[in-house]
Amino acid sequence: MFYRETGQYKTTYAADMAVFPILQDRIALGLMLLAVAVGVPLFAMLFPATGNYFLQVIMIPFLIFALAAIGLNILTGYTGLMSLGSGAFMGVGAFACYKLTTIFPDVPIVIWVVVSGVFSCLVGVLFGLPSLRIKGFYLAVATLAAQFFLQWCFVRIPWLFNYNASGAIEVPERTLFGLAVTGANATPLARYFVVLAVVAGMTWVASNLIHGRIGRSWMAVRDMDIAAQLMGIQLLPAKLLAFAVSSFYCGVAGAMMVFFWYATGAEPEVFSIRQSFFVLSMIIIGGLGSLVGSFFGAALIYIMPIVLGAIANWSGAPISAATIEHLRVMLTGALIIFFLIVEPHGLARLWQIAKQKLRIWPFPY
Amino acid sequence: MTHHRSDDIAPGDILLAVENVSLAFGGVKAITEVSFDIRKGEIRAIIGPNGAGKTSMLNVINGFYNPNEGRITFAGRTRPRMKPYEAASQGIARTFQNVALFKGMSTLDNIMAGRTLKMRRNFFWQALRHGPALDEEIEHRKFCEEIIDFLEIEHIRKTPVGKLPYGLQKRVELGRALAMEPTLLLLDEPMAGMNLEEKEDMSRFVIDVNNHYGTTIALIEHDIGVVMDLSDRIVVLEYGRKIADGTPAEVKSDQKVIDAYLGVAH
Repeated sequence: MFYRETGQYKTTYAADMAVFPILQDRIALGLMLLAVAVGVPLFAMLFPATGNYFLQVIMIPFLIFALAAIGLNILTGYTGLMSLGSGAFMGVGAFACYKLTTIFPDVPIVIWVVVSGVFSCLVGVLFGLPSLRIKGFYLAVATLAAQFFLQWCFVRIPWLFNYNASGAIEVPERTLFGLAVTGANATPLARYFVVLAVVAGMTWVASNLIHGRIGRSWMAVRDMDIAAQLMGIQLLPAKLLAFAVSSFYCGVAGAMMVFFWYATGAEPEVFSIRQSFFVLSMIIIGGLGSLVGSFFGAALIYIMPIVLGAIANWSGAPISAATIEHLRVMLTGALIIFFLIVEPHGLARLWQIAKQKLRIWPFPY
Repeated sequence: MTHHRSDDIAPGDILLAVENVSLAFGGVKAITEVSFDIRKGEIRAIIGPNGAGKTSMLNVINGFYNPNEGRITFAGRTRPRMKPYEAASQGIARTFQNVALFKGMSTLDNIMAGRTLKMRRNFFWQALRHGPALDEEIEHRKFCEEIIDFLEIEHIRKTPVGKLPYGLQKRVELGRALAMEPTLLLLDEPMAGMNLEEKEDMSRFVIDVNNHYGTTIALIEHDIGVVMDLSDRIVVLEYGRKIADGTPAEVKSDQKVIDAYLGVAH
């Protein structure tokens, strides 16, 4: 009833090619941006206790995981190249950012976060080279090599963590416009704003790439590589570009994870194969080849267990913390299976179906 | 790779020459010493019984296979080895026997993908999708909309092609090939599996493409009636060898062709 596109005529191709051609979608997007950029911070300032917990435990990691999921989705969802190395590429970003900011402490940290993505991108391209010859599960195994090799580097090359006795990254304090954004003194709100700005900007860029020539050539390689070659798309450059952009996104996500979420430090163990699987499960359940699906997946895989735990605690049921933890894990697993059975193409497809139903509601078709 | 366009070749001159081409997969000889040519502006058919080497011939022409012997001259340039994307950049487009569309993409995106080689804006502009990149996108959209009009597929422009019926998929695939503005269009069984009405539609499109865009067409087809009506000249292959070459009337009365299709009494 409210979600109708009747009467919204497109008179130019530009209007028809817009990412959100329907007016209601644009309004919804605007409201959502307003909520996360103004609403959430206001809430955090009015109720600092709950608000800061909400930012630190939910919003900041959710946004960072969504960014990593977008990165992997570009490679696996849009270009059809399976990767199990995203955790390691996130690690490359984190360690690069750490090295850069300790060598050049005066350069704004946000610049180093983006530049560390470039390092991750170069490493990603290197490990993407075999993708011309191998596909599917075999490529997944090849990226597994990247995962283990890089993880080994994070542990065994002390230069990478500045010879810290702990063997971990110790995040120094860095300021932006005079405000601490990393380190122990940075408020969750300050870190949230940085993360939000980077994630919003990079999501916009990803959407632009996907809706243009580059995105089409990625999807062409995914859907039918033989025909893609006949369109003049060279497979290796297209695949390497996907690896480059994907690992850039993962690298930035990894750097932000250490500097703006953990905020004090992180061990190399954070970037283990578990992290790769975590991000991979986000895009599978969220929807391969969908940007909004990356956000849905991050929300389901990351936020849902927290919410379940919170509900259990809040209900005041007389069960031990350990039991709650077990229940939470079991329930999360069950819900993942449930969603995959309901819609194997992920939450993004469910979202699409829901929107389609809403367009014609209350009529069945 | 220079972009070698073949606009300087006059209609009726030889656009593509295949000379003594042989192709073998291990011990299996797919094509044996076949020579023929395609003149600019004509509709050239390649026919023959199953396994005669027709599709292999197309695969050699657009660079999927490199011939073991012989040479191919396209637009006055003899090429040694070449890759499919090089063939594409020289102006050879193609459709497949089993539709090879990008299933997850809409009709429009499939056709737009055919414009890839014509699009020049770099990664930076693509990332912004404003200014020059958007202008370019709109310019190519206009071109694709003309093709969509031409093929009468306006109603499905936003439909994912995986959901379309077979006949329409074939039409979208033709549209995608046309979006490349090819000099030479290779059609591999464009009417396979179609009913009479769909065949008539497709025949009309083939003729229209030839007239309207002046595209040279080489097609493989099993429906002899269609082939005889559409084509200017016909090559007949059997067991990888050329057995006849000429106008429909000549080919129809050729004893070897009749034997190949109807069999010989032993």
